[in-house]
Amino acid sequence: MSGNEGVTPQLELRGITKAYPGCLANDHIDLKIMPGEIHALLGENGAGKSTLVKIIYGVLQADEGDIIWAGAPVSIANPHSARKTGIGMVFQHFSLFEAMTVTENIALGMSGRQNMKALEQNIIEVSNSYGLPLEPNRQVHTLSVGEKQRIEIVRCLLQKPKLLIMDEPTSVLTPQEAEKMFETLRRLSEEGVSILYISHKLDEIKALCHKATILRGGKYISECDPTQETAKSLAEMMIGTNLQAPEHHETSKKGPIRLKVRNLSIDADVEFGINLSAINFDVRGGEILGIAGVAGNGQIELLAALSGETTCRDAETIALDDKAVGQLGPNSRRDLGLAFVPEDRLGHGSVPEMMLTENAFLSGFRRMSLLNGGFINNGGTSDYASDIVQKFDVRTPGIYHTANSLSGGNLQKFIVGREVLQQPNVIIVAHPTWGVDAGAAAFIHQTLIDLAENGAAVLVVSQDLDELFAISDRIAVIAEGRLSVGRELSEITIEEIGLLMGGTHGMGETEGVSDVA
Amino acid sequence: MLLKIEKRAEYSKSMVYLTPIIALVLTVLTSIVLFESLGVNPIEALYQFFIAPLDTQYEFSELFVKATPLILCAIGLSVGFRANVWNIGAEGQLTMGAIVGSSLFIYFPETDSVFLLPAMIIMGALGGAAWAAIPAFFKTRFNANEILTSLMLVYVALLLLSLLIHGPWRDPAGFNFPESQTFSESADMPILISGTRMHFGTLLALFAVFGAWIMMARTLIGFQIKVIGEAPRAGGYAGFSQKKIIWFTLLFAGALSGIAGLSEVSGPIDQVVPSISPGYGFTAIIVAFLGRLHPVGIFFAGLLMALTYLGGETAQINLGLPVAVTGVFQGMVLFFLLACDVLVHYRFRLNIARKATS
Repeated sequence: MSGNEGVTPQLELRGITKAYPGCLANDHIDLKIMPGEIHALLGENGAGKSTLVKIIYGVLQADEGDIIWAGAPVSIANPHSARKTGIGMVFQHFSLFEAMTVTENIALGMSGRQNMKALEQNIIEVSNSYGLPLEPNRQVHTLSVGEKQRIEIVRCLLQKPKLLIMDEPTSVLTPQEAEKMFETLRRLSEEGVSILYISHKLDEIKALCHKATILRGGKYISECDPTQETAKSLAEMMIGTNLQAPEHHETSKKGPIRLKVRNLSIDADVEFGINLSAINFDVRGGEILGIAGVAGNGQIELLAALSGETTCRDAETIALDDKAVGQLGPNSRRDLGLAFVPEDRLGHGSVPEMMLTENAFLSGFRRMSLLNGGFINNGGTSDYASDIVQKFDVRTPGIYHTANSLSGGNLQKFIVGREVLQQPNVIIVAHPTWGVDAGAAAFIHQTLIDLAENGAAVLVVSQDLDELFAISDRIAVIAEGRLSVGRELSEITIEEIGLLMGGTHGMGETEGVSDVA
Repeated sequence: MLLKIEKRAEYSKSMVYLTPIIALVLTVLTSIVLFESLGVNPIEALYQFFIAPLDTQYEFSELFVKATPLILCAIGLSVGFRANVWNIGAEGQLTMGAIVGSSLFIYFPETDSVFLLPAMIIMGALGGAAWAAIPAFFKTRFNANEILTSLMLVYVALLLLSLLIHGPWRDPAGFNFPESQTFSESADMPILISGTRMHFGTLLALFAVFGAWIMMARTLIGFQIKVIGEAPRAGGYAGFSQKKIIWFTLLFAGALSGIAGLSEVSGPIDQVVPSISPGYGFTAIIVAFLGRLHPVGIFFAGLLMALTYLGGETAQINLGLPVAVTGVFQGMVLFFLLACDVLVHYRFRLNIARKATS
C-alpha cells in the first residue's frame, strides 16, 4: 500500500512542539501518514516518541503546531475525542482488570452503555476475522500476555479506527506471536487503516513498515523507507553515531562452575505469582548464560531466589563457587562475590529519592568496606560514587543528586557500574538494557562481556532476544516456572527459542515443546 | 486554568525548609481572622500568645519544661516515620513509661540511693518500649496496622493508670485523692537552674536530639531506616530486614516516650496523678512533621509547640479565650504544613503561554 502520492494524508502533523520543565520533548516535529500506510516511529528512549503519540491520542496537548486529520485541522482534547475522530491506540502497558472477563474489559473501554450479548457477538466476529482469536468469557488473569494484547487490539478495532497507534507491541510477545500480529496489521493496512508503529526493534520495522520517521532528542531527523535501509543504518540515524557491536575475544576459555542451581522449586506466595519447578543450571567462569522468556513466566521469582531476597529451604539448592548458599540472605551472598542488577531500576536497584552516594552505599557497603564500626565512611562512599560516575560515563551534574533525576540509561549505567566495581565472581543481571538508549546499551553489553572475560560468571535474564544473541554464550528459556536446558548459541535458532518461550500456553497452533530439565 | 501544577524534576531542598515557615505564616494570618471574629484584638492576642510567655527567665525556662517531653516523643516518632512505621501511640508509651518507672519508687519509697533515679529512668524506657513492642509484634507477625494498634493501646494505658491511681497506688495519707505520694528527693529529677522547674530530663532530650542526629546521618541502622522507608524493595535488595526495622523503630520510640513520661512524673509533677500529659504524645506527631523529621528541626519545632501550650494558658488567663485555642492553633499548623508540602515535589506556574493548537 505504499506509493500514495497525491492522496490526502490520513494524518499530518506540522511543527508539533511540547516542552516539559527542563526539557523540550518535541521540537517542531512534522509527520505525514497516508491511508493504509504502516508508518514506523523510530527513536531512542527519550527521543520524544511517547510524547508525540500522546499528543496525537489527546492525552497531552501540544504547546505549538497543527494536527491535520484527512485534510482538515482538528483539535484533540482528550482520548475520548481521539476515538471519536477515528484514532485507536494500543498501549505498551495493558490497562486490563485481571479479575474480569474479556467482554467486561472491552465494555469498560467503550463509551456509553453496552449491550453485552451483542458486544460478545461483535468481539467474536471481529477477533476471528482478523485472526485474533479470543474467548469473550475467559477471565483476563487466565490469559497469556499475547492474548491480553489481543484484547487491547480488538478493543480498538471495534471502534473501526482509521489510524491505529501501537506502542512497542512486540516487547511482550514471542517471535511467533509477533509474526501473527504482523499478519493482522498487514490485513488492516490493506483495508486502508493507517498504522503508526512505535518500536526500537529494527528488524521488525524493516519487515513490516512502509515508511519510518526518525526522532532524536525531541527533533525530527528524517523520513525514510525502512525496506531500503539496513538495520545498522537505521540505528545510526537513531543514535547519531556509528554503532559498535559488542566484541567477544576468547569465547572458548571457560573456568570452573561458579554458580550452580539444583532442583530449585519455590511456591509463589502472591496471587498470580509463578511457581518455580525444579530449575537446574550452571554458569561457568568466563561464560554468559542468557535466560530468555516472556515476562511473567517466573523470572521475578527466579531472580529473587538467586539474589537471596527469597531464601530456599535447602542450602544445597544454590551454590556459589561450591559453597551452598541457598539459605543465606543477600548480604552473605554478596560477601561470597555475588552481584545483582535488578529489573526495576527505581525502587529496587536504587532508592529514587536518595543521592547517588547513598545509592552507591546501598549495595556496595560490604564489599567496598564503607563501614567503620557501624559508622558510614562518607569520604570512601563519595570516592566510590565518583569512581562509578567516571568509569561508567554516568551523565549527572554530580554525585549529590538523587537517583530519580538521572535518565533511565544513565541510572542503569550507574547501577551496573556499582555492581561491576565490586569485582563480583558471579553477576546476575535482569533486563540490562530495558528502556535504555542504544549508546548506553552497547556500553553495558561490552561491560558484561569484559567482566566474563576476566573470569566472572554472568547470568543475563532478558526478554530481548537480539540482546541475548549478541552477548550470550549459551541460552536457556524460562516458561511457566520451568527452565529449558541451556544450549550453545551455535546450536539454537531464534525459532526454537520462540517455541520454547511459548511453552505450554500461548498460541494454540504451536506444538508444545517439552524440552525441560 | 490559569495556574498549572507541575512536577519538579527533583524535589526542592529549599522548599523542605521553607514550607514550615510558610505554614506558620499562614497559621498566624488565619488566627488573626479567628481572633478578630472572637472580638479580640488580634495584635494583643498574638502578643499574649507568642511574646508574653517569654517575658521572664522563669517563663523562658517553662518553655523547656514543656518542650522536653515533646522533643523526646517526637524524636522517637520521627525515626519510625522515616521508616514508614506510623506509631501514633506515643501518648500511651509515655504513660506506660511513667507507670513502670515510678513503680520503683511506689513499691520502695524508703530507698535513698543515687541509683534510684537512673534505675527509674531505665525502667521508664523499658516500660514504654514494652508497650510499643505490642504493635511491633502484631505488625510483624500478623501484618496488623500499627496506626490502629498503637492508638488503641493509648487508651488501655490511660485506663491502667487510672486503675492504679484510684486503687493500689493511692497515697494512704492523701485524703482519698487519686494521687500517689509525692516523690522523695532521690526519685526526683535534679533541677538544672535553681528557682525554675527545668530539670535533668531536658538534658536527656538534648542528648536524644544529638544521638538521633548522628544515628540517622552517619550509621548503618539510620541508613537502613531511610531505605526501608523510601523504597522497601531496595531495602530487601540490600539485605535489610523490614521486620527488624519495624521492631527497632517502635522500641526506640517507645523507650524515648517512656523516658518522657517518667521525666514528667519525677520532674514537674513530682507524683503520679490520673492525668500525666496534656496530649504531649499526640502533639509530638505535629512536632515531628513540623521539624521535617530531622532531629534539629524537631528541637526547634518542640520549642514552638511548647510555646503554644504556654501561650494558650496566658491567652486564657489574660484575654479570657478558651483553652481549646491551643489545640486549634496546633491543628492549623499541621494542616497548613501538610498542605504546603505539595510544594516540595510540585511547583505552581502561571499559564501565560496560550496553546497554539486549534
